[in-house]
Amino acid sequence: MQSPQTVVNEFAITAATVNGSGSQTANMVLMRAIFQMGVPVSGKNLFPSNIQGEPTWYTLRVSQAGYIARSAVTPILVAFNPRTANDDLAQLPTDGICLYPADGLWQPQRSDIIPLAIPVRHILDQVGVNQRLRPYATNMVYVGVLAVLLGIEETALLTALRQQFRGRPSAVELNLAVIRAAQSWAAAEPSPAHGKYRVHRMQATRGMMLIDGNTAAAIGALTGGVGVVAWYPITPSSSLIEALESYLPRLRPATDGATCAIVQAEDEIAALGIVIGAGWAGARAMTATSGPGISLMTEFAGLGFFAEIPAVIWDVQRVGPSTGLPTRTAQGDLLSVYYLGHGDTRHVILLPGTMEECFSDAQMAFDLAEQLQTPVFVLSDLDLGMNIWMSHPFPYPEQPLQRGKVLSAEDLARLKTYARFADIDGDGIGYRTLPGNPHPLAATLSRGTGHNERNIYRERPDDWQRNMARLWRKHETARRLVPRPVIEINPQATIGLIGFGSTAPAISEARDLLAAAGVQTSSMRIRALPFGAEVTEFIARHQYCVVVEQNHDGQLRQLLQLHCPAHATRLGSVAWCDGLPLTAPFVRDQVLNCLEQMRESSLLVGTGT
Amino acid sequence: MTHNAIGLTKADYRGAPSTLCAGCGHDSIASQIIAAAFELSLPPHTVIRMSGIGCSSKSAAYFLGRSHGFNSLHGRMPAVTTGAHLANHTLRPLAVSGDGDTASIGLGQFIHLLRRNVPVVYIVENNGVYGLTKGQFSATADEGQELKHAGVNHFPPIDVCAEAILAGCGFVARSFAGDAKQVRELIKAAFHFHGAAVIDIISPCVTFNNHDRSTKSYTYGKTHESPLHDISFVPHYEEIAVDYEPGEVRDVQLHDGPVIRLRKLNRDYDPTDRSAALLLLEQARSTNEFVTGLIYLNEHRPTLAETLGIGNTPIAALSENRLRPSREAFAAVMAELLGER
Ligand SMILES: Cc1ncc(C[n+]2csc(CCOP(=O)(O)OP(=O)(O)O)c2C)c(N)n1
Ligand code: SF4
Ligand SMILES: [Mg+2]
Repeated sequence: MQSPQTVVNEFAITAATVNGSGSQTANMVLMRAIFQMGVPVSGKNLFPSNIQGEPTWYTLRVSQAGYIARSAVTPILVAFNPRTANDDLAQLPTDGICLYPADGLWQPQRSDIIPLAIPVRHILDQVGVNQRLRPYATNMVYVGVLAVLLGIEETALLTALRQQFRGRPSAVELNLAVIRAAQSWAAAEPSPAHGKYRVHRMQATRGMMLIDGNTAAAIGALTGGVGVVAWYPITPSSSLIEALESYLPRLRPATDGATCAIVQAEDEIAALGIVIGAGWAGARAMTATSGPGISLMTEFAGLGFFAEIPAVIWDVQRVGPSTGLPTRTAQGDLLSVYYLGHGDTRHVILLPGTMEECFSDAQMAFDLAEQLQTPVFVLSDLDLGMNIWMSHPFPYPEQPLQRGKVLSAEDLARLKTYARFADIDGDGIGYRTLPGNPHPLAATLSRGTGHNERNIYRERPDDWQRNMARLWRKHETARRLVPRPVIEINPQATIGLIGFGSTAPAISEARDLLAAAGVQTSSMRIRALPFGAEVTEFIARHQYCVVVEQNHDGQLRQLLQLHCPAHATRLGSVAWCDGLPLTAPFVRDQVLNCLEQMRESSLLVGTGT
Repeated sequence: MTHNAIGLTKADYRGAPSTLCAGCGHDSIASQIIAAAFELSLPPHTVIRMSGIGCSSKSAAYFLGRSHGFNSLHGRMPAVTTGAHLANHTLRPLAVSGDGDTASIGLGQFIHLLRRNVPVVYIVENNGVYGLTKGQFSATADEGQELKHAGVNHFPPIDVCAEAILAGCGFVARSFAGDAKQVRELIKAAFHFHGAAVIDIISPCVTFNNHDRSTKSYTYGKTHESPLHDISFVPHYEEIAVDYEPGEVRDVQLHDGPVIRLRKLNRDYDPTDRSAALLLLEQARSTNEFVTGLIYLNEHRPTLAETLGIGNTPIAALSENRLRPSREAFAAVMAELLGER
């Protein structure tokens, strides 16, 4: 069933359902099955801040070109939520396919689309699904119908079901029965929907896996030697800690006592306090939170910076200010986290943009925190953390843990003198002694109050000034230690696109769209703060750079302008945050707008290159 | 006795010279901490000094100078202490805090620390005011009390001991900075208690709250203290040698051997009875009685490290091969994610 108009491996599906009805499971089965056929996929789950009964949408993109940004247009609609169906239908392009339950009250009122009414109740009756499981099984019906329309292979479906319901064969059986019944109905149903969109087997996903960033981070943290975890539940970070808890027994079995202590604290203040206490006492400690929790952690973040205590804080960003949109994605915490704390506080931030980086940053954050003796933040977001992404398997680490400068009792016996914050190596980093070190010189009283080199309370202006200068030196050291930006230079390009984190797929796809429109670009994905030398170099070598980010105020652009003021006017901004992951056509249009404005204004002031 | 069992002198347990006001109750408590640690022969490196912010919290610098310590944030020392315990449960935290630090800004953390039973010796240096910010009322100030700058306090005081008992703390005591011996014996007993131990010590602020009508003043304490019993800490349990009247002495043995000896004064009091302890506090409140001594003792709860199944080696000392997954375990997880199993 294939006509010349058949679109192969390059389309998207939106499933509009009701949350709490198991639709996410159905969508995952679909996504896994297509992935099993070797075709690149990406999924964006748009869910409400609610437990049951509210509208939810899942956009599944199939792309043989490997584009994984959110797809702006989805020609297949699963309209299984009558409450949103009219709005959803309005988004469907002409000739789009609309699947909907035949036994509901809603019917699509458009003549330019292909409607397909599915007798859901009849199919479930055939299988004999009991009342309790019906709401869940309902969603498997559209999986079966789509499998027929798209030509999803039987083996791929079966593997997907087994992966989704790992260790629950009865669930596999029931869902398979529903899918099969839906398949036989769909196969016998004459409809122009057949053969319009097809999945053809490819080899593009071989050796890859599907995972979310929070799980990748959890596995990374366990691989990176996390010993103490304290947290307070908040979307979208909770699943990071929950994944950590579930992988802990397998990855770090407690054969001789627990290898990692996990405590659900009473709030985020306590969560970071516990982490700071544990880091001080020598463990690798971390917490995970989101915007509101970051706000509460402020005072401890400053203490960690000033008392120089290692700590790792994951901020899985959601939309702020305030409680904001708890279940939508954003990149709005960059500025506040960089400067989190009063006085001249500034932090080290890692900015993962892929699953592999969520895994590796989770380890590196501990190395950096202990090497630099300071809190290290990792800024992920809801899109990275909770959506499912394709990834290469993670490599087992080949380097030993970097535990930083710590003096043992033997070291002290040899040195005969000790000052906690003496900058012996000129990198701004002193030597720690851990609590429990029996040498009489080892003990110091850590403090957030002013102190001298020996960590003794001091209010003298010169002591204060010297200490702050050393902390700045340490920040300069951090600049050299953090990961380098990911740079792609197009020799013909005079335009550079700059971004960070989860917007990478939209930016890279937009570059192809821009090239098609005659605009060549290079790109730089920032991987960490403070910025390294490459960042300035990249900006300097392009006539204009446009900073694309998912917040309202252009926070990365502001930081870059501060970092290289000489180039400030050549940095344009595409800053957009509506809670949805960016799409490539949107980025293209905004970049073109931005460039036009910059050219106009530079012509006006006469500062072209 | 100039050297203790581990060969250290009292000076080895001292800290930096105090910068508190002359006569501040916190300084007398610091002396008793030093005396208790010396008499117990505590190896200094096995103790960590923990505090928040306030005059009381500052005093962590004035004792046990050979122990590591953390003078942390206002009201947040319990969290830091919890983290330190998880990282290294072989260290014994000795915490000093104020009534503002513990009962005002830090009440939540205080209760959660006790709920989790972090085995800390937690001393509240309770003066009814904020000393360091110059004399505002704290949450333990008496209702109706008047202070020169702060005016009248209209709110009932928070009873640190009652809160501790309700939170599940198994060692709850009240004392008076002017009663050096009782303070010292309680600290020694607390060090041997298996779990969180709270000692709420009325510690007069000579600068802001030491007038005679204040229940947190020296005069009030000296004239009103009503000890529940005469308490002494007996490090090595021996049968009672001296002849006491029956019922006159009650020995409570702690899990690691030592005994808390409670000699009866003028009432029968059983510190192991939780309801009796709460009743005592309620009666003392309503009759304005300044009851001191060991109010509640129950050694049966596991510590946080025990609850979480931490083994003998502290997490901070685990070797790399225990902090990382084995290659096999890691490979198995990857294989599962790849759908290979
Ligand atoms: C977050 C924060 N708020 C306020 C302060 C100011 N402050 C310092 S000490 C203190 C009160 C201390 O009172 P208490 O704990 O009773 O100690 P005392 O000085 O009486 O011994 C306050 C409010 C602070 N350091 N941090
Ligand atoms: S102000 Fe009060 S609490 Fe502070 S040092 Fe002076 S007497 Fe002590
Ligand atoms: Mg006070």
